Amino acid sequence: MLLDFLTYPFLRYTFLTGILIGIIAPLLGTFIVVRRQSLIADALSHVTLAGISFGLMAEKKYGWVISPIYSGMVFSVIGSIFIEKLRTVYKAYQEISIPIILSAGVGLSVIFISIADGFNTDLFNYLFGSVSAVTINDFYVISGVAAFVLVIIWLFFKELFAMSFDEEQATIAGLHVKWINMLFIILTALVIAASIRIVGVLLVSALMTLPVAASMRIAKGFKQMIFLSILFGEVAVIFGIISGYYLDIPPGGTIVMTSLFILLIAIGIKKIRK
Amino acid sequence: MTTPVVSMSNINFHYGSRKVLDNINFEIPNGAFMGLVGPNGGGKTTLIRLILGLEKPETGEIMVFGQPIQKLKNKDRIGFVSQKANSFNKGFPATVYEVVASGLTAQLGYFRFLTKKDKQKIHEAIAQVGMTEYTKQNIGNLSGGQQQRIFIARALVSDPELIILDEPTVGIDYENVKRFYELLYKLNTEYKKTLLLVTHDTGTMTQYATDIVCLNKTMHFHGNPDEYASLTEADFSQIYGHPVSLVTH
Repeated sequence: MLLDFLTYPFLRYTFLTGILIGIIAPLLGTFIVVRRQSLIADALSHVTLAGISFGLMAEKKYGWVISPIYSGMVFSVIGSIFIEKLRTVYKAYQEISIPIILSAGVGLSVIFISIADGFNTDLFNYLFGSVSAVTINDFYVISGVAAFVLVIIWLFFKELFAMSFDEEQATIAGLHVKWINMLFIILTALVIAASIRIVGVLLVSALMTLPVAASMRIAKGFKQMIFLSILFGEVAVIFGIISGYYLDIPPGGTIVMTSLFILLIAIGIKKIRK
Repeated sequence: MTTPVVSMSNINFHYGSRKVLDNINFEIPNGAFMGLVGPNGGGKTTLIRLILGLEKPETGEIMVFGQPIQKLKNKDRIGFVSQKANSFNKGFPATVYEVVASGLTAQLGYFRFLTKKDKQKIHEAIAQVGMTEYTKQNIGNLSGGQQQRIFIARALVSDPELIILDEPTVGIDYENVKRFYELLYKLNTEYKKTLLLVTHDTGTMTQYATDIVCLNKTMHFHGNPDEYASLTEADFSQIYGHPVSLVTH
């Protein structure tokens, strides 16, 4: 069953990229979920869509060749900075930053898509993911993002844990909470933009949250939760990509449904344990 | 004479147009177990936030360990157990060990990792609060009293000289409150920690504290437990701003 993925280069890159995304998306998702910021992924994925739409529009309308993955990343990072700023402006209503940025992302996407007189299958691939959309160049960019994310999380793990568990205590202890929050949300933006090729704009947040929701039910301790989240994420991505390819379905759908299935099993295990 | 751990002079503070602290002058002597009492809205939590450097006073000066709080480099010399500690995210799947280890984050500094010695410190802090057998358990699965002990261990792990506790016994049953005070007494007498405890539970606190301060916007009383016990209903009525009846038990 794996033979095609080993034989054809474009499938090989999709598969390898999927493996990387299966690590970094649930890894960041763990911190996002415990900080009760799950919807941030949705807001940033819609801003990324605006960036992708801009890239596609620029190429179609003006002939500027901008890889949508780059324009998506730029928009996503800018969106993440705005979210963090809005969270400090509306201290008592921090969650309001999510619908503001999400609607801005959708609004911009609609404008760019309209200027370009609509798109075709390209946009469909970005919305729901694609097995065949990953190029060797995408693979290199996503590998770079994955390496960057892993190094930063490794270096700042104890700070991120302390802030996630008790941000006030971390502030009192003298940690640079504001800057670490900014760094973290930029990492999130990069991971979302990197994941969209395979999972799609509409489903990327699921890969960041569903494996974490499943691991949370059974994990003993934070590190074990991260390990299980990545394990579940990998199972979902590998099974989702392979089944998506053979069933001719966008992998975003199969990855999310696999994640959901794992979540249901985890809920069942917890109930049996009780 | 040793330098006081905390020294506040001429402190004034408003939230908007509401005056919260009015010309506060007081000191926490080294080695004290100070109980801070007063009505809700009397400025107790604000006073703590000022000592922690989370708020800046409009006037006056706050010295901690002989340095202005805003310039204090080693903030790990202060341990803090928040009022919010018992309203933390109970679903957060962190073990007791992980939570206590997080208390070392600032002391270690960036890009540094736990050494064998640090891991030893974590186990020692957990042992100090009598929770060794729960080291690998998720904190969310413990009782309120046990969770508070873990937060004390998190404050203790960096070996602070001053520990500030903001209403740590809210929502904890009487037996556990008593054990909690015994633990604080041990920290104060055996481990020589200076303690500042904000509480409404004056009955139990007066059995263990060395100093008591009554605050309601201004400092109404500062003395030892015997002096506190001699306060009359008229004194308490003045402190609390309304008639108070004393009930002894």
